[in-house]
Amino acid sequence: MGFDVLVFAEQRGGVFKKSAFEALALARALTKGDGAVTAILAGNGVEAKAADLISRGADTVVLADDPALERPGSILLSRLAQEAASSSKASLILLPATALGRDIAPRLAARLDRPWIAEAIEVSRAEHGISARKSIVGGKAFATLATVGDPPYIVTLRPGAHPAADPDPSRSGSTVKLSVASDPLDLRAKVIDLLQSAGQTIDLQEAEIVVSGGRGLKGPENFSLIRDLADALGGAVGASRAVVDKGWIDHQHQVGQTGVTVSPKLYVACGISGAIQHLAGMRTSGCIVAINSDADAPIFKIADFGIVGDLFEVLPIMIEEARKMRAS
Amino acid sequence: MNIVVCVKQVPSSEARIHIAADGRSIDPAGVELVVNPYDEYAMEEALKTREKFGGTLTVVSLGPAKTEEALRTCLALGADRALVVKEASLLGGDGLGAARILAETIRSLDPDLILCGKVAIDVEGYGTGPAIAEILGLPHVSVVSKLEWKDERHLTAHREIEGATEVVELELPAVLTANKGLNEPRYPSLPGIMKAKKKPIEEIGSSALSVDPSLVGAAGARVATESLSPPPMRQEGRKWTGDGRAAVVEVLRLLREERKVL
Repeated sequence: MGFDVLVFAEQRGGVFKKSAFEALALARALTKGDGAVTAILAGNGVEAKAADLISRGADTVVLADDPALERPGSILLSRLAQEAASSSKASLILLPATALGRDIAPRLAARLDRPWIAEAIEVSRAEHGISARKSIVGGKAFATLATVGDPPYIVTLRPGAHPAADPDPSRSGSTVKLSVASDPLDLRAKVIDLLQSAGQTIDLQEAEIVVSGGRGLKGPENFSLIRDLADALGGAVGASRAVVDKGWIDHQHQVGQTGVTVSPKLYVACGISGAIQHLAGMRTSGCIVAINSDADAPIFKIADFGIVGDLFEVLPIMIEEARKMRAS
Repeated sequence: MNIVVCVKQVPSSEARIHIAADGRSIDPAGVELVVNPYDEYAMEEALKTREKFGGTLTVVSLGPAKTEEALRTCLALGADRALVVKEASLLGGDGLGAARILAETIRSLDPDLILCGKVAIDVEGYGTGPAIAEILGLPHVSVVSKLEWKDERHLTAHREIEGATEVVELELPAVLTANKGLNEPRYPSLPGIMKAKKKPIEEIGSSALSVDPSLVGAAGARVATESLSPPPMRQEGRKWTGDGRAAVVEVLRLLREERKVL
């Protein structure tokens, strides 16, 4: 029997999240050549985007294109996912571990009464069902989980955990339309507006480079150094809990156990001593650079490269040198 | 208004974590247990909502006997009632099983507003609130950072999504999950702590819950923990002191040429 995978491809305003392509690549690998990959595309005026999903690994796109899906709620989307799941006979349903995917997956699991694994960083097929690895307790331990019982298995996948495949325009596939029926419950929670956050243009969780600032910055006005370095390196801005609690920067930027867990290629910690709950949220980064005036700060214990020095001297130099490097 | 808050007792974010001898659980020795930090925001919002509209605030928790400490904290903060589910056959299940137990416990309370934290910082599932909402047939808004009440049944919730804020109009009954930033949780007062000592913690047993035993507890778990492992070790790398510019130039060169991350 084949192993079919259904992927919920998240998009906002017609632009796919990177996680959609990452999930498609993982789905392709998990079929092991014996199974179909179906992608759910839900939105308003998104029909033309189906081709992107096919070139990234989908065999079939289940398209729900409706004005009601301009800003859909999780109740409607979990209902759509359930319909797509029952028609695709998928063994595995992959959703992104984003605000949206985290809303849909538990609802879908409860509707289908099937195994549900949240925040997976690795997924593999086991003799019976699937096995997945995830971080727990804010990255202080990793768990290997196994499903018990029948498919479909519902899994949310951490953005960045699996590489996306390059688009292959020679791939072919089909599109199936799914009609959108309304339900009175949809009207009890209506998304009426979307406010773009000021400043942060790069998604912290999906960023390949993160530059974070901590108490060593001495005041909120000095966060511009972090923003400038992030800008020069092409990265997102992070922060320690200490400075979020002081109100220097919004909580959306907090890295750590009570913030966002990140695993970028490069993490630059500036003026962050390295409290255990912060280290838990960034220690799986590819390469860690620490800049701190205290040579004994715990952050240096896990840093690949450490610079002991005054932030106000080192950061302007780094901003200048990074800009020069980018220009060259 | 009937307000319900789901709380979980979890290891403190400052705690060091060691894996127990069974290889599948966390060694409880020396680990300080606290109310899940995001549940504190849920609790604070419940208190504020009761101050605004009146009503009854009930806290509900699932866990071993020690969980009662977390409920005691909520009673000290001002909860009217505390319910605990601690029967062994109902523990050790998966996230969906836990949501089923909590949902059935809450159903009997005829809730108007159910508040949870956005995530339990131990298992990191992010799904208890949404799953409870689904089981009870209710709408939900998760990761809420701001609430504006129109009247006792209607409100607007701001919810944080990646790089933006969604504004959601909501009608009660509903489930909300709280994010940091929603409010500033208060501390329990001394008289509150004294009063809480005398308040009962009511146990809800499986006989009082209409849950299918094959769906809950360790026996009903559809997801099993096979093993736990420590995070990958990291070696301390190179460190530069002294000449800032020389250090920066060298680090950037290594990042580009050796690590290929720039």
